[in-house]
Amino acid sequence: MLLNEMLLLGAVLFCIGVYGVLARRNGVLVLMSIELILNAVNINLIAFGAFHDNVMGQIFALFVITVAAAEVGIGLAIVLLLYRNRRSIDLDQVDLMKG
Amino acid sequence: MIAEHVAFGIIAAVMVASALRVVTTRDIVHAALYLVIVLAGVAALFLLVGAEFTGITQVLIYIGAVIVLFLFGIMLTRSDFDQDEETDHKRKFPAILTALLLAAVMIGALVDRFEDVELDATPQTTAQVSDELFSQYIVPFEAVSVLLLAALIGAIVIARREEGG
Repeated sequence: MLLNEMLLLGAVLFCIGVYGVLARRNGVLVLMSIELILNAVNINLIAFGAFHDNVMGQIFALFVITVAAAEVGIGLAIVLLLYRNRRSIDLDQVDLMKG
Repeated sequence: MIAEHVAFGIIAAVMVASALRVVTTRDIVHAALYLVIVLAGVAALFLLVGAEFTGITQVLIYIGAVIVLFLFGIMLTRSDFDQDEETDHKRKFPAILTALLLAAVMIGALVDRFEDVELDATPQTTAQVSDELFSQYIVPFEAVSVLLLAALIGAIVIARREEGG
């Protein structure tokens, strides 16, 4: 198996996630796209961990998974609060801090 | 060896197709279900290169917990706004441009640097991971536990309904 297969797949997933963050307006969908990005990073970490025959890749991926879980919890709580106050999770309407 | 390539090809194709559906589908529940396929594919890849513990954790945490959290989030914020075609169109083009440019740069760099580098995956056992995690990385491990606790409390405080001001 080639190292580049994993890395290229990670790069493609990362770019799809970036597209989702930029193009979608639904708050929950943006959070899902961020999950795609974090998973792309994890693929790279695991690939390099296997390549160097080092468990550090796995350990870093585990930390990323943990932080991602915390991020989803906080992110969804914020989206929920937004929905309660605005009756909408359209991110284009969230412009309270616009100068 | 050839079986590994075939397995990788199938998993990768399914993952990319599902990921594209996640960011393009109109129905957000479908997006969550397509995300399950992508996350399962990632777990399968981890197992394919011998990262067993991370693969199992991926299934437990992502498919077990995070997706359920997303489905609850979708349920609680079910809004009737459909994506308005016009504004959607307005930002679609720059987003595609950004993603394609980023992909071109990253794929170019990867092909340039790691062309034909072989990855011989020797399985890394759970025992190895736990030995390393609980000796050298014990401090970050504890820090991340505190982070999870803080996130838990933070999520409750943020999402709590205010009772009488």
